[in-house]
Amino acid sequence: MTTTPAALSGWEADTLTQADIDAEIAALATPAALEGAPQTRLDYPPYRSSVLRHPTKELRHADPETIELWSPCFSERDVHPLESDLTLGAHDGWNSQATGQPIGERITVSGRVLDGDGRPVAGQLIEVWQANAAGRYVHKNEQHDAPLDPNFTGLGRALTGADGSYCFTTIKPGPYPWGNHRNAWRPAHIHFSFFGREFTQRMITQMYFPGDPLFALDPIYQAIGDQRDRDALVATYDHDLTVPEHSLGFRWDVVLSGPRRTWMEES
Amino acid sequence: MTALRTTPGQTIGPYLGQGLPFPGDNQLVPFGTPGAIRLHGHVYAGDGSVIPDALVEIWQADADGNVAQEAGSFARDGWTFTGWGRTACDRTGEFSFTTVLPGATGEGKAPFFAVVVFARGLLDKLFTRIYLPGHPANAADPLLASLDEGERSTLIARADETGLRFDIHLQGASETVFLRHG
Repeated sequence: MTTTPAALSGWEADTLTQADIDAEIAALATPAALEGAPQTRLDYPPYRSSVLRHPTKELRHADPETIELWSPCFSERDVHPLESDLTLGAHDGWNSQATGQPIGERITVSGRVLDGDGRPVAGQLIEVWQANAAGRYVHKNEQHDAPLDPNFTGLGRALTGADGSYCFTTIKPGPYPWGNHRNAWRPAHIHFSFFGREFTQRMITQMYFPGDPLFALDPIYQAIGDQRDRDALVATYDHDLTVPEHSLGFRWDVVLSGPRRTWMEES
Repeated sequence: MTALRTTPGQTIGPYLGQGLPFPGDNQLVPFGTPGAIRLHGHVYAGDGSVIPDALVEIWQADADGNVAQEAGSFARDGWTFTGWGRTACDRTGEFSFTTVLPGATGEGKAPFFAVVVFARGLLDKLFTRIYLPGHPANAADPLLASLDEGERSTLIARADETGLRFDIHLQGASETVFLRHG
């Protein structure tokens, strides 16, 4: 597949329509197009920024060496328990300076992090970042003219529990426009960063909300070829996680790759 | 044998700078530490342009080849070596770490920095390794031995006046060899 750099001009972004992108997404959703493709396709031209930023050669197999079979260590030295509550106001870590509550639909996002064998990934770092309820990020490069929320930075961290569980309290992020094509909008999402027990398990992804009408239109989400994998990024509403008079609950479980370290290497 | 389907990755997106950098993220050791080096380079796209919105993380053994299992990367105390660092590229697409050369983790093993790269436009992470130039164990390294000369050269840093330089090419004639571990 070739896309010329000329196709990446700002002029194209102004004239390329959602219908054009929809057609490209459909053409790349056929069994033939998906054959042999990785879970997340790196070469996915409907996401224009990927055209010059994906490797053209096969990933090379490498048996993990010692350093790759271990992961950096994070503890309560690194992460304060209150960092998992993003509604505590605009803060630098837990040194809260703000007194107000962020605007938006308060939610609880909770789940478990497991490895491929179904074992809990315990005591590992999760980092999250997200837009506010209006779809605005606190970032110097942000150009969307939706309002900032002085009481919301959209940053959080947590360590998984012994059973691999985590729990964040936040507000539901808004969808936002972006420059991929004319009238392009991202479905609402929270960015999640995970560390496993091994460096080979390092992973960053995005968690989405059920029933978002923008799923079919979004070239980043559609870069994942298999519906089961796309579904795996969508949290489910869970009334048991809903906190009375406080927040709506969403459950989202995550499976990291591996493990590749065997019990013999544990000792 | 793994039983569960792996959750897929997604791009880090354009707002990585909001959440992931932290003070001291790229200083695995303090400036001025004996044996400290600068490990730096650029991240390039397929047309040779630099990628200012990339994030690079390294994970390494200490100078003696020990794998640290010490917490404190987010609260560096200037003393504890955690072995892990992160940095967002600057506006010119350059990344830079202050660290020490990793030692071999076993007899005859080639030491390297384990690397993971994220970027806007890159739909999932990429793993690679940074090997040390001229290290005698490189010749026997299984990965390096499996590559041709051109590929091998993309994984070996160049020595410069402050330490090591290693450019990451996501695409193009000098495309870096990226890894899968499964």
